[in-house]
This record gives sequence, C-alpha cells and structure tokens, in this order.
Amino acid sequence: MLRARSLRVCYGRVPAVHDVSLSVDAGQIVAVVGANGAGKSTVLRALAGLNRLDAGAIELDGRRVDGLRADQRVPLGISLVPEGRHLFPRLSVQRNLELGAFTRHDRAEVAASLERVVEIFPFLKDRRQQAAGTLSGGEQQMVAIARGLMSRPRLLLLDEPSWGIAPMLVARIFETIAAINRSGVAILLVEQNVKRALSVAHRATVIQTGRVVAEGAAGELLRSDLVRQAYLGL
Amino acid sequence: MTQILLQTVLSGVLIGLVYALVAVGLTLIFGVMDIVNFAHGEFLMLGMYASFWGWALWKLDPLFTLPFTALGLFAVGALLYRLVIRRIIDAPMLSQVFTTFGLMILFRGLAQYLWSPDFRSVEHTVVDGKVAFGGLSFGLPQVTAAAGAVVTTGAVWWFLRFTRLGAALEATAADREAAALMGIDGQKMFALAWGIGAACAGVAGALLSSTYPIFPDVGASFILVAFVLVALGGFGSVTGAFWAGILVGVVEVVGGFLWDPAYKMVLVLSLYLLVVWLRPQGLLGKA
Repeated sequence: MLRARSLRVCYGRVPAVHDVSLSVDAGQIVAVVGANGAGKSTVLRALAGLNRLDAGAIELDGRRVDGLRADQRVPLGISLVPEGRHLFPRLSVQRNLELGAFTRHDRAEVAASLERVVEIFPFLKDRRQQAAGTLSGGEQQMVAIARGLMSRPRLLLLDEPSWGIAPMLVARIFETIAAINRSGVAILLVEQNVKRALSVAHRATVIQTGRVVAEGAAGELLRSDLVRQAYLGL
Repeated sequence: MTQILLQTVLSGVLIGLVYALVAVGLTLIFGVMDIVNFAHGEFLMLGMYASFWGWALWKLDPLFTLPFTALGLFAVGALLYRLVIRRIIDAPMLSQVFTTFGLMILFRGLAQYLWSPDFRSVEHTVVDGKVAFGGLSFGLPQVTAAAGAVVTTGAVWWFLRFTRLGAALEATAADREAAALMGIDGQKMFALAWGIGAACAGVAGALLSSTYPIFPDVGASFILVAFVLVALGGFGSVTGAFWAGILVGVVEVVGGFLWDPAYKMVLVLSLYLLVVWLRPQGLLGKA
C-alpha cells in the first residue's frame, strides 16, 4: 500500500534522514523504532508531507505522492497524528473532530464517523463541548487519534502516541491502536517505547542516525540481540 | 449636563464601532499569519474612493455600491496576498514590515497620481439629516455607518464561529501544520484572511465616505487607532477589537469634549499605554 524508497530529508544542510526505505501493506501495523534523534519523526513528517524530500520517492497504491502538499495527501487516505498531539487548544473537542473531517463533504457519513470515534473513545461523549486544551495529556492524545481517524484514512501515521501520557493509560492507547488496525486501517507507528511498539506491530524497521539498520517481523526483532541490547537494555 | 454627556458618549460609541470594523480586519490578518499590515488604512482609502467614483460617475449612493466595494476590496486583499505577501510569510519580521509599509506608500502614491491629492466628498446621499430621541440627536449618516459596521463585524464573527471555513481559518491561525494535516490548504486560508481583512476596511471606508473627506492619505488617521485597538483587544481577537473600538471611540469623543479635541489622541494612546502596562496581552487576549 505505502512504499517509501531511499528517503533523504535535510534540515537546512544537515541530513536528518540519509536513506530510509520502508513499506506498509494493507491491514498491517508497522513500527519504526530507534533512539532519540534517529530520524523517526522526520520520516513520518516526510510521509505526511510536512517535510520535503531531498531524494527518494513515496508511493501510495503505486501512485507517487511526494510531489503533493500535506493537505493534498489527506483526501488520498494518509493521516498523521503528530508528536505532541497538536490539537487546536482553544476550540472545542467537537470542533477539533469536525476539522479532522475537513476534506469530507457528506454530512451523514461524517456524523457516522463521529459516532464511531466516540465508540472507540467513550469518554469523548461528555467532553465534546470542552476546550481541547483543558483535557489531560492522555485524553488529548485520544482526541488527537480520534481527529486523525475523522478523515477516514486508510493509513494512519502515529508519532509517539505514548509521549507525555500517564503510564496506566499507555496500555489503553496501544490496545486502541490494535483495535483501530483490526477495523481495517493500516498503521505506521513511531515510538520510543520499543517493547510496546514491537508487541503490537506486525513488522518493524529499526533506524539509526537516519539509516535503516534492521527490519523484519516485529516478534523476531524483539528477540534479536541488536534490539535487545541497543533498545531494551537486556 | 447628563444629557450632553450621554450625547457625547453615544457619539463616541458610533465612531468607535467603525474603528472596530477597521481593526477587525487588521487583527484577523495578524491573528492568522502574524503579519502586521501597515497598508491596512489604504484598504479603507480604496473603499472610500470606490464609493466616491460610484457616486461621481454614475450617481450611485455609497450604500448601494457597498456590496461591490466589499467584493472589490476582497479581491484586492486576496490578490495582494497571492502576488506579494505569499513571498514574505517566512521572511524575517523586518522584511515583512518593510513590505507592507512599502505597499502603504505605493497605494498612497498611486491614489495621488491617479486621483490627485484633492479632498473629495460624496454629497446628497440617501441617508441624510438627523435622528432625534429623548433630547439626543445624531447624524443619520453616522448612525447608518455604525449600524453597518456592527452588522459587518457581526458577520465576520459569525463566519469564524459557526462555519466550516471559519473553523479552518481559526485552525490555521492556531497551528499551521496541524491545519495542513486536517487537509486545510494554508495558502487558501491566508488569501481568505487577506480578502476578508481588506473587505472589512473597504466597507468601513464606504460607510465613512458620506461624512469624511476622501483623500489619498486618509488611511493614516485610522491606522494608528486600528493598531491601538488590535493591541488593546488582544492580538488576533475579533471580539476584543470590537469592545476596544467602543472604548476608544468613547474615550476619544468624551475626552475631546471635556478637554480639547486636539488632545484626543493623547488620551487614546495613554489608555493604550495603561493597558499594555497592566495587561500586556490586551483586554480580551489570552496570555
């Protein structure tokens, strides 16, 4: 479904991503793991269109999308839930969710999506009129994911979904990620919490200083010496 | 004395509402893209001249041509964004200041070149005379201008608050990248903000055209007050600019009446300094 070949992304003249290739097949969860500053977020931002490529290609279902702006990739089915959530803090939860469906015009179907995300995140029901900025970190993360689902993506990009969240909520977030995936949405997950990420994912790519150093089935990587030593401290 | 004071206060409210409309456009542009538009007074000037020429050439009343003035200024604002402002969005602030300042000089120069520096005026308008009630009396053109300003400000407020596009504009103002991730085209939103901002100033110009002299530098007398309102109301806040407009209008007229009209700007700017000192985020601004 998504194929990224030899991505290279620079901030100014400094390359953050040298050469990263990865792919996500329909129905899969793929995790991108690696140390802080390895370039994981930059890869996701490039896939969503927030960072320009200096080299490489991104294909969605065989169609090149790397020439498109971020807002043009949303209707094609790519949705990024950014690191740090980036909700619209002064707008209500309801308004945030509606903005998630900005590219869709069928009101009835948008209303159905709204009901679906409330089913996934039941706490939303009583919080719709609350300003998004007043929610707790965990709640904000769930609103951010719900908002990301409102465009009805086929590929959901999640950047550090466990960032800044109470530990007891982290397990819930990962359960939800698995549930969203079971409903047919492919997921590309960037995560510092390597153990959790590899537990929920089907496949994984390990990135070090902007390059892919390992990839394969998530379960195998979890057992591999490289990952155990470098990221799990075992 | 109470009668006179009430008359003065209400006169202040009337002019304040028009000030607010000018400031609403300025604060909208600033709120959405953090660019200070020094050429904003020139949108007002263009609105005045549009009204003047409609009247001078075709005998059309400024109130009849107002919708066209609004549309025309919307086009000017959006086009100006596409041609000029778009190139300086990420430029250093000084470049942005010089650009909009340069546009101000360009527009004034063009107006002077094309239409001469003479003072013009629109006469024999549809709304004329006075309205009187309870011993108070106001010029009908002033009352109409204030009413038009309230309706226009209200329309902008409603648009931002209750429409899909308005929410997209707010989203772009709050977080440009997050808005792009919603599928919102930031360039379109910026052009929209400039269009609406210019249209607000243009409508204010049209509303003032029957009571104010029309000349190329007329924007200068309004832009300073508009900046004060934007800061007083809280940068980017439409409702803030609205209430600040009323406050400044009252201070200006009442102060001018009690003291000396020559010093009215002293009072307005003192009020501004006081608020900035005690509440730097503005009256309704968020810290």
